[in-house]
Amino acid sequence: MITLHGRMVVPGYAEGEALVSPEPISGWGGIDPAAGRIIEPRHVLNGVGFTGKVLVFPSAKGSSGWSAFFQSTRLLGTGPIAMIITRISTKSALGAVVTRVPAVTDLDRDPCQVIRTGDWVRIDATHGLVEVKPAAERI
Amino acid sequence: MILTEEEKRMRDGAEGAATAAAMDLLIRYGDALACDRLCDVRNVAGTMTQPSPVKERLVREGGWDKAFAVINLDCDTDIEVPAMRVPTCQLQHGFGPDAQGIVPYPLKNIELQAEAESFYGRRGVNILATCTPYQVGNIPVRGEHCAWMESSAVIYANSVLGARTNCEGTASAGAASLTGKIPCWGNHRDENRYGTHLIDVRTPVDSFLEWGMLGYFAGGVAGEEHPVITGNLARPDLVDLKHFGAAAATSGGVELYHIPGITPEAPTLAAAFGGARLPEPAVYGPAQRRAVYETLNSQGTRPDVDFVLLGCPHASVDQVRRAAAALDGRRLSPGTELWLMLPRALKDVADRSGYTAVIERAGGRLLGDSCPAMSRVAPEGTSVFATDSAKQAHYLPAILGIEAWFGTLEDCVDAAVTGRWNGRLP
Repeated sequence: MITLHGRMVVPGYAEGEALVSPEPISGWGGIDPAAGRIIEPRHVLNGVGFTGKVLVFPSAKGSSGWSAFFQSTRLLGTGPIAMIITRISTKSALGAVVTRVPAVTDLDRDPCQVIRTGDWVRIDATHGLVEVKPAAERI
Repeated sequence: MILTEEEKRMRDGAEGAATAAAMDLLIRYGDALACDRLCDVRNVAGTMTQPSPVKERLVREGGWDKAFAVINLDCDTDIEVPAMRVPTCQLQHGFGPDAQGIVPYPLKNIELQAEAESFYGRRGVNILATCTPYQVGNIPVRGEHCAWMESSAVIYANSVLGARTNCEGTASAGAASLTGKIPCWGNHRDENRYGTHLIDVRTPVDSFLEWGMLGYFAGGVAGEEHPVITGNLARPDLVDLKHFGAAAATSGGVELYHIPGITPEAPTLAAAFGGARLPEPAVYGPAQRRAVYETLNSQGTRPDVDFVLLGCPHASVDQVRRAAAALDGRRLSPGTELWLMLPRALKDVADRSGYTAVIERAGGRLLGDSCPAMSRVAPEGTSVFATDSAKQAHYLPAILGIEAWFGTLEDCVDAAVTGRWNGRLP
């Protein structure tokens, strides 16, 4: 079990399987809210779904429509259940707020390095805590 | 977050339920940024009228009040949208009635948007309907705090005008329009406005194409930070910097740059960095320039061009005049369409100046309000397009699944007339 310490972006608690994006994520033009998938052709996760996952990513990039596209995933029931963001910006901060999922940032280690896709992650966003159970340790 | 008495009153409902919801969103957003206070804004550029499937559903369920509550305030309770508290404009949105019969775009979207314009216009939203509000009367003054969306407009306001805005989103701009407040974070603060990266230009940058390519390079170098550009630069005009900024915001996420001697917060190179030690420069020379050109042309393989797109960000009148000059007396290839995007207010100027007639005689079209990226639409059957915009060459292949060529206005017009791409790096 690995524990990371950071700060709250959006309060709350969630746990689930991680989807780690090594690259920044684009909202507008980068995800399909109806399908809950990344659809940017040159993105390493092109075609991968994030619905029900703990979405771990370095930062938000691209258009100012970022938050509205993630808000749509909430309204369409296709959103992630939590966000862990390496470097916060107005796009990802507002995006996490309107997606209404627990979210943290400013962690003491780079979450995109420490967490791997498939790991089980518990987020106590209110206290800025993240617990990671690597997939290899699970039965 | 520390609130003033006025802000607490708004939060507690003294200005009505909608304003209270707006203040609640701003507090949640400010907390997410770890920001300690709000600042006053009297200039908001957001989006309320753009049609989307979610918005259409919300309007059907509870009218425009419901759509605004959910999308522009992130609020679940029923509210009535009051008059905008501070000057607020609508940015680019979907295509309007002028696109009917030209753009294969659903009539129901045009009708929904017309309803929205009427609803929000009555509440004091200026329907500028452009990604370049600074071209049609919304020109913030230096130091003015704003709450703007649209990355190409944000970078222009911060860098060229010396105004102060972060890249806001739909809900934060909506909340700002009802409160006149926005988190005082990032670009709003003096200490966050200095240069971080230095770019030394060693190849002449002296045209619209060159400024766009340099912008694309600068975004790659600086990411979301602040490039400072020096070297072999001709004096740019509005159109050059419009292209430069849109490109830098596209390849990176640049919201603020400085060009010493040209942009207002950088009278000198030292001032651009706030007196700090200069970083090692990234060189932009002939090799880097060619690499940018090749990147922007890496998504074209077939030379048959069936669509030419000009006016991203929305064209100035001078750009319309140049397009008219290039098309004068010529005729588009039968298999090729040419659309030029511009603010509807400037379309009126183009009409009066006779430019529209010249372009339409050649078979081209001027379209207001939107663009193929915003509305996700191109002429029926398009598989290869050409553009003079680095931003569109970057985005449109992903959005519409089509091939792209990037070049000068003249290369693009030649492609529209011959139906073939023959562009090359000048």
